[in-house]
Amino acid sequence: MGAATGRALRTEPRPPALVTLSAMASPAIADGLPAVVARDVSKTFRLPQERVHTLKERVLHPRRRTRYETFRALDHISFAVEPGEFFGIAGRNGSGKSTLLKCIAGIYGCGGDIWCRGRLSTFIELGVGFNPDLAAQDNVVMNGIMMGLSPREARKRVDTVIEFAELEDFKDLKLKNYSSGMHVRLAFAVAIQVDADILLIDEVLAVGDAAFQQKCFDAFATMRKQGKTIVFVTHDMGALKRFCQHALLLERGSTVYLGDTETVADRYLEINFGRDERTFPAEQDEGCEGDARVIAVWVENERGERVAGVPQGHQLTLQVLVAYAVDVEDGHAGVFLHNDEQRTVLVLSTILQPEGTRFRAGERALFSFSFQNVLAPGRYSPVVNLADRGAPLDTVDQYESGFSFVVTGSRALGGVVDLPTEVTVRRADAVTARDVLA
Amino acid sequence: MSVDTQSLPYESLGPPIRGPRALTDDWSRVWHLTFNIARNQWKLRFFGSVLGYFWQLIRPLLLFGVLYVFFTVIAHIGSGPGSGPGEPNHFYGAQLLGSIVLFTFFSESTNGAVRCVVDNEALVRKIQFPRMVIPLSVVLLAMFNLGLNLIVVMVFALISGVRPMLTWLELPLLIAMLTFLSVGLAMLLAALFVYFRDMQPIWEVLTQVLFYASPVIVPVTTVEQRLSPALVHLYMVNPLATVLQQFRHAMINHATPSASALLGGSVRLLAPIAIVVVVFGLGLSVFNRTAPYVAENL
Repeated sequence: MGAATGRALRTEPRPPALVTLSAMASPAIADGLPAVVARDVSKTFRLPQERVHTLKERVLHPRRRTRYETFRALDHISFAVEPGEFFGIAGRNGSGKSTLLKCIAGIYGCGGDIWCRGRLSTFIELGVGFNPDLAAQDNVVMNGIMMGLSPREARKRVDTVIEFAELEDFKDLKLKNYSSGMHVRLAFAVAIQVDADILLIDEVLAVGDAAFQQKCFDAFATMRKQGKTIVFVTHDMGALKRFCQHALLLERGSTVYLGDTETVADRYLEINFGRDERTFPAEQDEGCEGDARVIAVWVENERGERVAGVPQGHQLTLQVLVAYAVDVEDGHAGVFLHNDEQRTVLVLSTILQPEGTRFRAGERALFSFSFQNVLAPGRYSPVVNLADRGAPLDTVDQYESGFSFVVTGSRALGGVVDLPTEVTVRRADAVTARDVLA
Repeated sequence: MSVDTQSLPYESLGPPIRGPRALTDDWSRVWHLTFNIARNQWKLRFFGSVLGYFWQLIRPLLLFGVLYVFFTVIAHIGSGPGSGPGEPNHFYGAQLLGSIVLFTFFSESTNGAVRCVVDNEALVRKIQFPRMVIPLSVVLLAMFNLGLNLIVVMVFALISGVRPMLTWLELPLLIAMLTFLSVGLAMLLAALFVYFRDMQPIWEVLTQVLFYASPVIVPVTTVEQRLSPALVHLYMVNPLATVLQQFRHAMINHATPSASALLGGSVRLLAPIAIVVVVFGLGLSVFNRTAPYVAENL
């Protein structure tokens, strides 16, 4: 594969402006090299502290340099996407995902090199730049030409695009009268109907109703079969895992992880909930009434670190620190875990232990409950109950702080727990069916 | 992971993308884009109005009517000395209308271009395309109008008694010179407006100044009578003056002096042409240099 092909590539004229479905194996993607490559891509924005916009300000203060801070939106990002691959870019808001996409699309200039080998179609910032005063038809033609179709080809495609967007009844309506959902549908339809080799998509799944989303998924699947390359920015880890083979996780413009989507999804959720939300309740003031007090409740992950969020499927430890003001013969603690809907999902208790522990007045107790985290993703708040079996119920001090923690995971199926399940599907022929019935 | 970014044969990948630019290698795409944007704007302007194009024409016609009445009836410029048959000011009406239409083209394309890149933010921020298309489409739109307006001018001229002349063939050259000037200024203004928002009022004022500094209303013979020859030469170096005066000479009335005569020799025509070339080159280079950063500076 080497340099010979490369030289041939460079001298060859660009692939024809229109790549039809049958000609999908265009020369640009048939040489076994990646379709999209980014090497050391960096992007710095200058953020002027006060923007000098008028000539007067310039004239009055000729010496004053516009002071600005530089903001590094992307920091030496490298990755490569094989032809026919779905590549995901994940990250929190402001992590640089969209900036990276704009660099690939050629809308922003940037440091480093980017190769896009094939014709590009883009769907950025929920649209492709429509003119609100024109009808859908005119906009579709305009955008087709923008994306590199010839005017004739663009006009030919109008019906397909409008049909895909399910807007046949509104095709003569000015775009300003469209709902935002219709807008996005039309834009997405244009983006995928121009027969590009490489499609850059920014957050399309956030909008549109369920039926249209399904249509998008189907379209993705078709494109995948056709060997198109898709670079896909999303917050939706479920979609990421479902469609992408590889993904890039960005945080503050730097690569956190580049590789399999499983890890990217986990790390993404970790970044979202695990690190920044370090809000732990302060220990309660001394000297409150009651025989026993809960001083603090917190959650630890499998490495014993205090966290505000725990990924699904990993070990979780709930810690309860208690101070006793009286002697307790048989100290017990119970924790009710409530989910968002105030339903008790899980009860943890020491009551089933063969015997409780004895505590003197002034002593502290640490109750730890470890379990495999099978909870469904969501927010949980623990409610602690303390009891002394020897001297029942009047030593109870119910603790209900604002503390809550988050379970992260990308496979919310709707139940309150997600147990590890082994699933098999096979055709039930007559013999097995009879076995079951018998 | 199947793709290792360290050991890729980067040389085999071909040239990397070059980011946003003003120009492109694919000129047919530039043309299609420019034409379609201009056509859409044209459609927008006339869509839903019964009289459509008439409204586009009424502005220069109204201006013409007012100026014509004022200068012929009240100030006696058009009907004063020199306006008899075979004299320079004969056909003052046709000359005035022609000048107004040409100047309207210049003013429409440059003033329309000032805001154009900023107004097309939605496109600039979302799609990669040669940025030059935006100011070009503004000029093309003004050109559609010019074409239709010129028909009216020629009809008016024929009615006033102008007979077809061989020098009418100069028209494309005159339009080309005016267009190059307009495109150059359009690119310059569009690029500057992104950084200096007061380009718009400044240019409006300058357009007014140019309107009176060019032979639109005043017949050039009047200028000749008042100014010294050197100042007349200077007056004619203005490319707008050159185009407008040559239009009058070649299209309407041979009795009015040609641009080269007023400049004092055909070689001196190179001066206004040089100005057009410089303005165009400046506009192109400024626009080209700012184009990569426009999307992030809007």
